[in-house]
Amino acid sequence: MKNRLKVLRAERDWTQAQLAAELDVSRQTINAIEKGKFDPSLPLAFKAARLFGLSIEDIFQDDTGR
Amino acid sequence: MNDLKAAGDDRAANSNRNTTRLKIWTAAWVMTTAIAAFGAKLVWDFAPLPTIGAQLLNLGTGAGMIIATSRYVQGLDELQQKIFLQAGAITLGVGLVCGLSYDLLEDVRLIAFEPEISHLVILMCLTFLAATIVGHWRYR
Repeated sequence: MKNRLKVLRAERDWTQAQLAAELDVSRQTINAIEKGKFDPSLPLAFKAARLFGLSIEDIFQDDTGR
Repeated sequence: MNDLKAAGDDRAANSNRNTTRLKIWTAAWVMTTAIAAFGAKLVWDFAPLPTIGAQLLNLGTGAGMIIATSRYVQGLDELQQKIFLQAGAITLGVGLVCGLSYDLLEDVRLIAFEPEISHLVILMCLTFLAATIVGHWRYR
């Protein structure tokens, strides 16, 4: 799954640690999501969407090609 | 930004609290295991009452350690939980497969000594440690 978390974070000039604090996860988790190594749960995706004022689809995109 | 810092501090404080609780319960369990193992032989000469008491104390602190572990895992975030649970699953598999094979070795006379449960515990600890390190490395 692709995501725009890194871009959205950079637009707000936040560090990974600051975003992690806001989403109540570890910095390692934010890093893994940004690199596409870990797909977040639905509740965490909703939390990120609320934080950035966007829909989940605006942040996360399915890249399986279906 | 202060709110972000406060949320991060809360999370760190909660995580530290859970880790400290787990350390205390683990230390208590190790101590009561030592008392249960050596007390009967070295201190109260196999008297039944203190022996039963030591065993019950050991089981009680063991239950406390399990509950502390459960709370520790619940306090982790979803990626950390995934790494922990994967390491736990690998450890369970290795423990079961190698434990049964190790037990069979004496029966089929491939080893001359009696298999020790402590060897299995050491193997499981090392497996969990290695699986946790690999898990963190994979998601770094």
